[in-house]
Amino acid sequence: MIPAAFAYARPTTVDEALQAVASGGEDVKIMAGGQSLIPVMRLRLAAPETVVDLTRVAELRGVREDDGAIVIGAMTTHSDVISDPLIARYAPLIAEATETVADRQVRHRGTFGGALAHADPAGDLPAVALALDAEFVVAGPGGRRTVPAAEFFVDYLTTALEEGEILVEIRVPKREGWGMHYEKFNRVAQAWSIVAVAAAVRREDGRIAEARIGLTNMGPTPLRATAVEEALAGVDATAEAVAAAAAHAAEGTDPSSDLNAQADYRRHLVTVLTRRAVSTAAGL
Amino acid sequence: MTVTEEPTVTAGAPAKEVGQPRKRKEDTRLITGRTTWTDNMVLPGMLHLAIVRSPVAHARITNVDVSAAQQSQGVVAVYTGRDFAEEQGSLPCAWPVTPDMVNPGHPSIAVDQVNHVGEAVAVIVARSKVAAQDAVELVDVDYDQLPPVLDMEEAIKDGAELVHSHLESNTSFHFVFDGGEAGAAGNTDQAFAEADVVVSRRFVQQRLIPSFMEPRSVVVQPQGDNYTLWSSTQIPHILRVMAAMVTGIPEHKLRVIAPDVGGGFGGKLNVIPEEILSLLVARRLRKPVKWTETRSESLMTAHHGRDQIQYIDIAADREGNVKGLRCRILADMGAYLRLVTPGVPILGAFMFVGIYKFPAYRFECDGVFTTKTPTDAYRGAGRPEATFAIERIMDELAVELDLDPLELRRKNWINAAEFPFTTAAGLAYDSGDYEAATQQALELIGYDELRAEQRRRRESNDPVQLGIGFSTFTEMCGLAPSRVLGSLAYGAGGWEQASIRMLPTGKVEVVTGSTPHGQGHETAWSQLVADELGVPFEDVEVLHGDTAISSRGMDTYGSRSLVVGGVAVVKAAEKVVAKARTIAAHLLEASEDDLDFTGGTFSVRGTPGTGVSIQEIALATFAAHDYPEGIEPSIDAEATYDPVNFSFPHGTHICAMDVDTETGMVKIRKYACVDDVGKIVNPLIVEGQIHGGVAQGIAQALYEEAVYDADGNLTTGSFVDYLVPTAADLPHFDTGNTVHEAPGNPIGAKGVGEAGCIASTPAVVNAALDAVRHLGVSDIRMPLTPERVWRAIQEGGDGGDRATAGTTAYGGAQTETTAGVSTDASSLGGDR
Ligand SMILES: Cc1cc2nc3c(=O)[nH]c(=O)nc-3n(C[C@H](O)[C@H](O)[C@H](O)COP(=O)(O)OP(=O)(O)OC[C@H]3O[C@@H](n4cnc5c(N)ncnc54)[C@H](O)[C@@H]3O)c2cc1C
Repeated sequence: MIPAAFAYARPTTVDEALQAVASGGEDVKIMAGGQSLIPVMRLRLAAPETVVDLTRVAELRGVREDDGAIVIGAMTTHSDVISDPLIARYAPLIAEATETVADRQVRHRGTFGGALAHADPAGDLPAVALALDAEFVVAGPGGRRTVPAAEFFVDYLTTALEEGEILVEIRVPKREGWGMHYEKFNRVAQAWSIVAVAAAVRREDGRIAEARIGLTNMGPTPLRATAVEEALAGVDATAEAVAAAAAHAAEGTDPSSDLNAQADYRRHLVTVLTRRAVSTAAGL
Repeated sequence: MTVTEEPTVTAGAPAKEVGQPRKRKEDTRLITGRTTWTDNMVLPGMLHLAIVRSPVAHARITNVDVSAAQQSQGVVAVYTGRDFAEEQGSLPCAWPVTPDMVNPGHPSIAVDQVNHVGEAVAVIVARSKVAAQDAVELVDVDYDQLPPVLDMEEAIKDGAELVHSHLESNTSFHFVFDGGEAGAAGNTDQAFAEADVVVSRRFVQQRLIPSFMEPRSVVVQPQGDNYTLWSSTQIPHILRVMAAMVTGIPEHKLRVIAPDVGGGFGGKLNVIPEEILSLLVARRLRKPVKWTETRSESLMTAHHGRDQIQYIDIAADREGNVKGLRCRILADMGAYLRLVTPGVPILGAFMFVGIYKFPAYRFECDGVFTTKTPTDAYRGAGRPEATFAIERIMDELAVELDLDPLELRRKNWINAAEFPFTTAAGLAYDSGDYEAATQQALELIGYDELRAEQRRRRESNDPVQLGIGFSTFTEMCGLAPSRVLGSLAYGAGGWEQASIRMLPTGKVEVVTGSTPHGQGHETAWSQLVADELGVPFEDVEVLHGDTAISSRGMDTYGSRSLVVGGVAVVKAAEKVVAKARTIAAHLLEASEDDLDFTGGTFSVRGTPGTGVSIQEIALATFAAHDYPEGIEPSIDAEATYDPVNFSFPHGTHICAMDVDTETGMVKIRKYACVDDVGKIVNPLIVEGQIHGGVAQGIAQALYEEAVYDADGNLTTGSFVDYLVPTAADLPHFDTGNTVHEAPGNPIGAKGVGEAGCIASTPAVVNAALDAVRHLGVSDIRMPLTPERVWRAIQEGGDGGDRATAGTTAYGGAQTETTAGVSTDASSLGGDR
C-alpha cells in the first residue's frame, strides 16, 4: 500500500497548474481530493511520474451564480456541495446525490470535479450532471473550452479531457421549481451505486411537462433514459403513467455484470428505480 | 439488558465488582492508538520484509529471477523458496482428525509449485519498507500453469485435477461420528427408514474472511542465539512451541510477545508463513526484521473461514417429533492444512443436533483440498456452520409438516427440567431454560404485533413483505477439557494458567495465559481479583502476551478465556488468600480457623477492631521480618485449571426482516436476542460481545463472501468488494439475558465470545425466507444479495452464483494486480 515514487507539484493558480501539468513529464496525474487517485496509486494500479495537487488552487473552490446558471468550482468538496444554498435552490438533485456518496471522511476530501473527471460508471455524480445538462469548463494550454455533459463522458473512466487539460468548473442551468430525486441502490452505506437513477421533473397543471433522467452504472458511461423522458413528456402525473414510462428505462443501456449484479438484473432494477425516482420527483 | 441476578451486597463490605458494568480499562490506550502495536516497533538496524506473491492459483514454478530486485536501491537480500527449502520445514497442523488424514505439508514459501493465489514465492529484505515494496515488482517468476481446483463437489470426483499431484486425491480425511456407534443414540439408518417424513437440503456455507482491524505484523530480533518474536497473534504461547519445532530454534531461546493485538476473530489463531520466514531471515542475516501486511495481502492470504457444503437430512413423524439427523459435509481446507484447519468442521460435528432431542444422529465430513487460501478458525469455528444447518432444516421441516417453526422447536427441545442432558452427539449439556429465553425474546421483539403486520402485508400484496426468523441455539464453549481434546487427537491440552503477584505496596499483578486481542480481559480479570482479594479494582494490573512474563498459557479462542482462564485466576487468588491467611494468623496471634476474610481484611472472629488487610500482609511478607516458621515468605500463587466439561451458553435470537420483492433488497427491521451465558462478570463486555457477534453473523447472512473467479483469483480483494457492514448498515439490537450459571464452572460463566456470531445467521436467513415463502421461495444462498433474493423470487432455486467480476471502483482491485505483478506506468484513465 505504498505508491511508487512520484514527483509532486502543488500550484496555487490554474495557470500554474497548467504549467505544472505541461512540465510534469510523460505521465502526469491531477489530484483533486485524492479519494479515487490515491487508492489506485497505493495499489500500484497507477504509477504517475508527477502528481499535480490542486488543493491549494483557491479559484477552483466554491459555487457562484452566473445569469441562468450556477457555477460549481471543480475543487468544491462534496461536503461543501451538500451545504451550499445555491445548489439547494437551483439544483438540489446534486446535493441529494452527493449525500449518498461514500462517508463523511471521504466527502470532506472528495470533490465534485474529481468525481466527474474520474468518470467511474458507478459514481453518482456523472448521471446527475448529465440529467441536468451541465457544461464542463476545461482549461488547457491553448485556453478554455466548454464541453456539454452529453459529450464529456466518453467511455469507462474516460472523459473528453485531453492531455494537459484541467477541469475548472461545471455550469449547471438553474431549475427552480423542478421536482428532483436521486434513487440510489447499493448494499452498504458507503458503497458506490449498483444502479441509480437521477430524475428531474417539471410539472404543469397535473401533467409532467418535462423530465430529465440520468442513469448510473447502466453502461460504461452515465446514460440519459431518453425513451422514458419521451414517454413522460406531457402525460398525466399518475402512478400508472409513470410506471408505464419507466418500463422503458433499460432501453439503450449496456450494463456490466459484476459481483453485485448481472446485466439482466441491472436492466430490471433500472425500471423499478426509475419509477421510484420519477414518482418521488413528481411528488406522487 | 436484563440481569436477573442481583449482586449480593453484605453490609459493610464493599460492593461486588463482579456484575458491575465497568468500562474497559484497556480501551483508552487501544482506542486512541497510544500503545505498541507490533507495527509500531522500531528496532536499531531493523530491516523490512516484503513478500512477492503468486498471481496464479496453481502452477509449477519454472524460474525465479531475482537479479533486478537484488540490484534495487536499499535491497539487502532476496530469498526464494529454494534458499529456505532445507530449513523451512512445514507449518504445523496440530489436529490430525483421523489417523489416516493426509497432510501434504505446508511450506512457508513455495519451492516448486504454488497452490493458491497469494502464496509466497520470494522475500525481499530491504532497509526501508518502501524499498522492499519497490523491489517486489522486479522479481520475475515464470509459472507453468495448472488448472485450478475450485469446486469441492468436482474436486472429490474420480479423475479430478489434483491440487497436490503427489497425493492420490483431493480428500484429506473422511471423519465419521455416529451417535449409535458411540453409544449416545440409536441407529440412524433405521430411524430414517421408519420415519414418516424426511426433509433433505443442501446448504452452502460461503467462504468468509476474518477481517480483523489490525493487519498482521511480525518483528523478530535476534540477540546472540536468542530470538524475540513480536507478532500480532492470538496465540503467543502456542506459537512459541510451534515456531521452535518448525525452525529448530530451541524453545528456551525463543521468546514470543503478542503486544496489544487489534482483533483476530480466529484469524490470528495460527502459525503463519510470515512468522516463520521472519525468523529464518533474521537467523540468516543476524538483523532485526519486520513484516507488516497490507490490507490486500490480508484479505488474500490470512486464512479464511467457513466454506462448507452441507447435505442435511432430517427425519420426523407426522406430529413433528424428530427422529433422526444425518449430516454429510464437504469442508474446504484450501490448499494446505494450517494449525487447526481440519478440526474446524469437527468442532461442529457435535453441535449439529442443536438443542433438540434427536434419537439418532450421524455426521460425516470430507476435508477437501482446493487451490484457494487455506481455511481455519473463524469466530465460532464449526459451530456457526452446525447451528445454521440445524436451525435452517428445522424451519424446512416445519414447512413440510405445516407447523409453526417455534412449535416444532418447542416440541423437540430439551426442557429445563431435563438438564443435565446428554445429546445424540454425546455432549452433556449443563444447564439452561430454552423456553424462558424464547419468551423473553418474543416480548422484546413484539412478536404478536409483527405477525399481525405480516398478515396485513400478505393480504394487501405489499411489495415489501415482512418475515420473522428464529434461531434457538446452543454452543459449546470453554475449549476445553484436555482429556476430551486428547480423545479427538488434538495436539495440545485445553487448560489455562494464571498467577498472582502481591507487590510490596499492596498492588496486585495478575499474569494470565489467556492472551487477549481486544476482549477486555484486563477489566474482567481485575473485577474477579478485586472480589477475591478484596482489593480495589484500580489496584490490579493484568499482564499477558509475553512468554517471558506469562510463561504458560493456551491463549484466547473458543470463548475459553473467562470460562477457563478466568477460573485459573480465581483459583490462584484463592491460593493467595490461603497463604495470606497463615501469615495473618501469625500476625494476629490467632488460629487460622478463627479468621474471617471479608473486604480484603482478615479479622479474628468475635474480636471487632482487630484485622490486617491482605495488602498489609503483602508488605509484611516482602519485609519478611516476622512470618511463621516453616513456610516461604511469599503469598504469590499460581494455578492451572483444566475444565471437566464444556459449557453450553444458549439463547433465542429473533429477526424481523423487510424484503422488497421488486428489487430483492432485504433490510432487518428488528432484531432481538436473549442469551444465557451463565454468570455475567461484566454486563457491558457481555453486551459488546453480543453486539459484535450478532453483527458478524448478520454479515455472513447478508454481506460477506470471498469470491474466486474461474481462474482462482480472489475478486473480493479489497473492502470495496468484500463487504463488511458498519453500524450504519445494522439495526438496533434489543438484547437480554437469562442467567443459568454453569454448574461445572467455579465462576458459573459459560462464555460469550462467539454466541452472537453462532446464533444470528440462521435467524436472519429464516426471516428472509419467511417473508417470501408464499412466493415459492424455499432457499436463498448466503450472502442474501439483492440479486439472489430477486432471482429466487423470479426463477426459484437458491439465487444462484454471483458473477465473479469485481466492481469497477479502484479499477476492480483484484488479487492479480496486488500480487506483485509488475504494472506498467499509470493506467488510471481510459487506457485501462
Ligand atoms: C470509501 C469510498 C467510498 C466511495 N463511495 C462513493 C460513492 O458512493 N459514490 C461516488 O460517486 N463516489 C464514491 N467514492 C469516490 C469519491 O466520490 C471520490 O471523491 C471521487 O470519485 C473522486 O474525487 P476526488 O476529488 O477525490 O478525485 P481524485 O481522486 O483526486 O481524482 C480522481 C480522478 O480525476 C482526475 N481529476 C481530478 N480533478 C481533476 C480536474 N480538476 N481536472 C482534470 N482531472 C481531474 C484525477 O487525475 C483522477 O484521475 C468513494 C470513495 C471512497 C474512498
